Amino acid sequence: MNLHVNGENYQSDAGLTIGQLLKRLDLQAERVVLELNLNILNSTDNLNTELHEGDKLEIIQFVGGG
Amino acid sequence: MRLLLFKEIKQLIKIQLNEIPLELRKQTSLHQLRAQQHPEADILIVNGFPTSEDCQLTEGDRVTMIQRGVIPDADQLEALMMARHTPGVHARIAKSRVGIAGAGGLGSNIAIALARVGVGQLVIADFDLVEPSNLNRQQYFIDQIGLPKVIALKENLQRINPYVRIETFDGRIDAQNLNQVFADVDVMVEAFDAPEQKAMLTAAHLQQSPDCPLVAASGMAGYAASNSIQTKRIRENFYLVGDQITAAKPGQGLMAPRVSIAAGHQANAVLRLLLGEPPE
Repeated sequence: MNLHVNGENYQSDAGLTIGQLLKRLDLQAERVVLELNLNILNSTDNLNTELHEGDKLEIIQFVGGG
Repeated sequence: MRLLLFKEIKQLIKIQLNEIPLELRKQTSLHQLRAQQHPEADILIVNGFPTSEDCQLTEGDRVTMIQRGVIPDADQLEALMMARHTPGVHARIAKSRVGIAGAGGLGSNIAIALARVGVGQLVIADFDLVEPSNLNRQQYFIDQIGLPKVIALKENLQRINPYVRIETFDGRIDAQNLNQVFADVDVMVEAFDAPEQKAMLTAAHLQQSPDCPLVAASGMAGYAASNSIQTKRIRENFYLVGDQITAAKPGQGLMAPRVSIAAGHQANAVLRLLLGEPPE
């Protein structure tokens, strides 16, 4: 299936979950905020959420420091 | 002839006394003005220069008269501090309420900028105590080591502008208490240190208060070029400040200049939002 991740095309097998995608991108779920089709998601609560054809996912990653 | 004389006597000059416009009779001297307006004043400043001698005042002079050691009341301080702001700005921000989650390098600097600019109410939350290592970038003093950060910061803010209303929360912010602690804020600021906390607050705020703008920060460690720190609009009511990559880690610590640049971006984004301008 085709996804849009951070504005770019991303191809994957059907049934890919958010948790699997974050792992593939080497991102830690606790440190990102997700916007899936314009809805804000808490990533740690949605690791098992499956992505679907055409989904638009924005991943906002936070690094430490303040 | 008599008419002319009358006109001459009536001739006025415009000056500023303690930032307030004032019309004076021509030929008025500095000491005459003091006798009329502030006989108690022992510090006289004319156009930026302290002076003890009398002099003739002229059109456009800016005169400041202060009594050493006396704290001005709320109205006076407001006039004195806000005189340097663009007209109209102060009235709008004095009514506003801003939430700051975290009182470390970002939060302490942001709070000070917003207090100086005259934001009416600040709500500040942090669970930490002031530690010696904080003094490399955070707005605390050596005699405040061991105090809860929110107490120490409130003290410092009140020394700058005692007329800002400051609410503090000494504890951890989570998705459950976020809305309660920061109830009714006009703009929310994420100023945490840990990336997990930043992500938690951002997700919770955007879900629970989508109509309230959030200004968060990510990536301000080290001493990379100043201009790599930017303010970006991520989506409606969500702005992110920083270079988005430079994490604090061993060998790449957090230092005052870059942290305060990011804090300055955040504070200015808040100010722009309060004034109805886009931060980006």
